[in-house]
Amino acid sequence: MKTIDNSSLAGHALKKCPTGIQGFDEITFGGLPLGRTALVCGSAGCGKTLMAMQFLVNGAMLYDEPGVFMSFEESETELAENFASLGVDLNELVAQKKISIDYVYLDKSEIAETGEYDLDGLFVRLDYAISSTGAKRVVLDTIEALFSSLSNVTILRAELRRLFRWLKNRGVTAIVTGEQGNGMFTRHSIEEYVSDCVILLGHEVVDQISTRRLRITKYRGSAHGTNEYPFLIDEQGICIMPITSIGLNTSTSTKRISSGVERLDTMLGGQGFYVGSSILISGTAGTGKTSLAVSAVDAACRRGERCLYFAFEESRSQIVRNMKSIGIDLEQWISQGLLQFYASRPTLFGLEMHLVNMYKKVNEFKPQIVVLDPISNMEAVGNFADVKLLITRLLDFLKLKNITLLLLDLSNVNHTEKTGIGVFSLTDTWIGLRDIELNGERNRCLYILKSRGTAHSNQIREFVLTDQGIDLLDVYTGSGGVLTGSARYAQGEKEKAQRLLRQQEIERKRREIDRKRQLMEAAIIDLKVTFEAAKDELEKIITQEEVQLGTQDKNREQLATVRKADATE
Amino acid sequence: MNVIIEQYSVETKDDEVWQLSLYIAGQTPKSVRALANLRAVCEKHLIGKYKIEIIDLMKTPQIGRTDQILAIPTLIRKRPAPCVKIIGDLSHTESVLVGLGIHPK
Repeated sequence: MKTIDNSSLAGHALKKCPTGIQGFDEITFGGLPLGRTALVCGSAGCGKTLMAMQFLVNGAMLYDEPGVFMSFEESETELAENFASLGVDLNELVAQKKISIDYVYLDKSEIAETGEYDLDGLFVRLDYAISSTGAKRVVLDTIEALFSSLSNVTILRAELRRLFRWLKNRGVTAIVTGEQGNGMFTRHSIEEYVSDCVILLGHEVVDQISTRRLRITKYRGSAHGTNEYPFLIDEQGICIMPITSIGLNTSTSTKRISSGVERLDTMLGGQGFYVGSSILISGTAGTGKTSLAVSAVDAACRRGERCLYFAFEESRSQIVRNMKSIGIDLEQWISQGLLQFYASRPTLFGLEMHLVNMYKKVNEFKPQIVVLDPISNMEAVGNFADVKLLITRLLDFLKLKNITLLLLDLSNVNHTEKTGIGVFSLTDTWIGLRDIELNGERNRCLYILKSRGTAHSNQIREFVLTDQGIDLLDVYTGSGGVLTGSARYAQGEKEKAQRLLRQQEIERKRREIDRKRQLMEAAIIDLKVTFEAAKDELEKIITQEEVQLGTQDKNREQLATVRKADATE
Repeated sequence: MNVIIEQYSVETKDDEVWQLSLYIAGQTPKSVRALANLRAVCEKHLIGKYKIEIIDLMKTPQIGRTDQILAIPTLIRKRPAPCVKIIGDLSHTESVLVGLGIHPK
């Protein structure tokens, strides 16, 4: 079976015209179709004109392509004000002949229609505008306004068809905006004529939170992302944050950074966290998650790295004040520009907007560490699955940039091994903080549940907040379980006392040995002396006996001699 | 064919000369028809007190912008005031008369 070789067709592939709109060029793999007309439709106020404006402005400023903006609804002054909201001086661009604005005004009450006509006037104007600026980009906003001014729909439709063909022949890339009708893309179904690319913008309010979404419903001749992409409108215009699969293809670093608490570094195989990894710190209320995260931030700033702190529960000044009590001064890093806080309530906007906002802040500030404190109250804005999706996308994005992420999660007292939103499977490291209750006290403990890529200690350590920072102490495991707090202290003292006693005992026994040795030696000397005395005595007796023996022998001999003399004669 | 036009009293002095501008875009059948129809109406109702100006947008495109011309052919009555815009090839004579505010004698 022959496979189709696409390489020879590459030269005929659809060329794209980059819009310069954040995220849009990614989901369309290059931008709008070059030399064709695209339709941008949506309900009122969803950003169609803005998108068209951005397309032109970016064309003029980034890609050196002049553009023509033909407006059927807003006058030139109104447009200038609107463009100013993007930070663009429209009059300046017009003066430099980079953008040409044409305001087409038709008041129905002023016209009488008296026979056949066509819209050549429009064509002439457009042609003139394009030629005088050398424009490559055209915007018609919104051409449906013609339908309310002119009543001969047949002529109008025919002319529109002619217009779009004309635009294509002219070789300009055009955007046409249309207002969404009931069940159709546009009120007057002009999507029939604009068949190359249709983009739908929407604006949805769910649970009082509004989200803007963009969807590419049609894009002839090219692959494109087909999902709904949430986007944000801010002072630079439209910003889209597409989910990408690039996150799983990133290269990883082997560098390690300190967590700010020395003992924790050793618990993590000696050196701390991997750069670019994600760390989940979960624990019930008041267990010290923020303190731990801030220790890591402090350590990073000390190394000269930048940190971005997203606070969803406390304000910046509150966190700074609270951290002073454990001896961490965040003010110095803030004033040096190494630490930036972004504090807002999660319910301020929708999840997607949070994500896009974070994406922008990270791109602007370029931190090495990002902290989200906490992620658990995001559930106020979306359900479990949505929040997990947000975390996934953020993780992918940060991994791509090798930024370390710390997530703080408030876990339920009942779930000791799960966090409320199942994020634990996504992160590389999971540190748990728990309160242990014993003897009428609650003490904090820290333990590591998982650490991808490093050996980690399985010990529970007591987590103490001192005024010089965080301390991790060994806990004592006694017969009553894990001992912490005052029980640990008591146990510690007890053991110290026992130790002392033992040592004293040892000392005493040693002294006893010495004493006994001395006694023994004294006894030996004594015995020796006695022995010598006895020996002398006995030797003396022996000598005497020997003398006696000798005398006896001599006497006998003498007696024998005398007796013999008597006998022999 | 609906013609919506506000009625206002046209105060014409008997000796005021009507200024009529016909905008075309090159010589097309519609433009030729429009011109012919216009001349006919003027000859019938405005003898001696009209002036027709023909503006070809192909030659002077920027005028289309300043005068806000979209449809071709467009007839604008500049004098007497107020300005009236009529589009089409002027084949519906009655509408033309109503639009221009000419009362047939």
